[in-house]
Amino acid sequence: MTDSVIATKGLRKSYRKTEVLKGVDFNVRRGEIFALLGSNGAGKTTTIRILATLLRPDGGTSRVGGFDVVESPDKVRQSISLTGQFTAVDEMLTGRENLHMIARLRHLDHPRDVVEGLLERFGLADAANRRAGTYSGGMKRRLDLAMSLVGTPSVIFLDEPTAGLDPEARLEVWKMVKELAKGGTTVFLTTQYLEEAEKLADRIAILHGGRIIADATLSELKRLLPPARVEYVEKQPTLEEIFLHMTGKEAGRREEN
Amino acid sequence: MEARFFFNDMGVMVGRSMRHIFRSMDTIIKVAIMPIAMMLLFVYVFGGAIQSGADNYVSYLLPGILLMAIASGIAYTAYRLFLDVQKGIFERLHSMPIAHSAVLWGHVLTSLVSNAMSLIVIVLVALVMGFRSPAGILSWLAVTGILLLFTLALTWIAAIAGLSAKTFEGASAFAYPLMFLPFVSSAFVPTRTMPGFVRAFAEYQPVTSIVNATRALLSNQPVGNDIWIALAWCVGVTVVAYLFAIRAYRRRVLSR
Repeated sequence: MTDSVIATKGLRKSYRKTEVLKGVDFNVRRGEIFALLGSNGAGKTTTIRILATLLRPDGGTSRVGGFDVVESPDKVRQSISLTGQFTAVDEMLTGRENLHMIARLRHLDHPRDVVEGLLERFGLADAANRRAGTYSGGMKRRLDLAMSLVGTPSVIFLDEPTAGLDPEARLEVWKMVKELAKGGTTVFLTTQYLEEAEKLADRIAILHGGRIIADATLSELKRLLPPARVEYVEKQPTLEEIFLHMTGKEAGRREEN
Repeated sequence: MEARFFFNDMGVMVGRSMRHIFRSMDTIIKVAIMPIAMMLLFVYVFGGAIQSGADNYVSYLLPGILLMAIASGIAYTAYRLFLDVQKGIFERLHSMPIAHSAVLWGHVLTSLVSNAMSLIVIVLVALVMGFRSPAGILSWLAVTGILLLFTLALTWIAAIAGLSAKTFEGASAFAYPLMFLPFVSSAFVPTRTMPGFVRAFAEYQPVTSIVNATRALLSNQPVGNDIWIALAWCVGVTVVAYLFAIRAYRRRVLSR
């Protein structure tokens, strides 16, 4: 309990008469990748907006990095970073200028070094002087993630980080999220792709009907169902494997864990 | 937190939007083109038939043309705000430990600068067309002040539109009625030629007092009460629109 970075108890939120969250409880431990899984309209974004201090809950409490999101939002904002559903990059500015803007807004001492480091790390060094508007979807998302990492926040919120990305870009995002977690960053992500939660998350919570109906590791969740039977099934390649093979990317890359 | 970083954060936001302006110089020209076309049309086509009572119709017309340019220029301000809402840029900024007021003020300052640039283009064209002014430096400063205040007032109206619009068209549609306000004012013809009801509207709407005050300052005539009425309108609209814009910002960025 002591090492939980995000602690949420009895979180409630309604829009007009629709009760979206009816008492949501969960804890996220330091350095883990926590996936909030749910169908469209389940309240994933609402939850993430409350945790990121953008929305006030109607009831319940949430503490992020030890601070209450309602009582001391400024303290919470010091340690978090939000990557929303849409890539929030300024398309009129170059990749470098986007990062530099965030670095200056985070009041960093050496913004330039931080920016160059991130450009390198996210494979954007060659495109750094091009306007973000000319980037591909995957590059925009990479820049978006890089912007979230300026100032090394200890908790990162990713709201459907791979929605609308092609398979290659999706694998890239997954790789980066894993690297982040290895470096000790806590990652809270929402997704509606079961595969994404399965591949990425240390722990998975399922949000359904306004409550968390399951909160466990993947292997624990699997134990909830009757034990697996052994069956022989011919293994057909998935379309994803075919796509990646034909476009010259290794499908094996995502199998690394 | 807020106050300590306000100037730094404001500087960053203004720097950002100045880049926007210099990378889209076409918007400055686009804003200036329509009012310049109006000016050409009124001076060289209708001008001969209009009894304005002034010896130089370009000089008579210029204040109204400038207000028209401002009204069309702020449509871009609304558009820029709308984009920031759509793209989630406001959300990203709001979840960061920064002075939140700097975010909106950055857009407002940009609006003032870009509109001022369009106005300078129009004044230069007017000079070529024969606009002359005997006004001294103080009068010019007063004119600049009034035009800036008018831009500020309309910018906050644009902010309401940009922050609450659901579509791109919606974000800029509000500017059209504002652009037509100068037609029903003393901008093109004296109001005394208008029929009763129209005349009453024309004489009591803000554009007339602003046009009259600006025109008087530029031609070294006594300004009278018009300047105070003009200032009262600008300040009043600014305050009311500001409050509504802040409300729209909270509603749009902080709850969805």
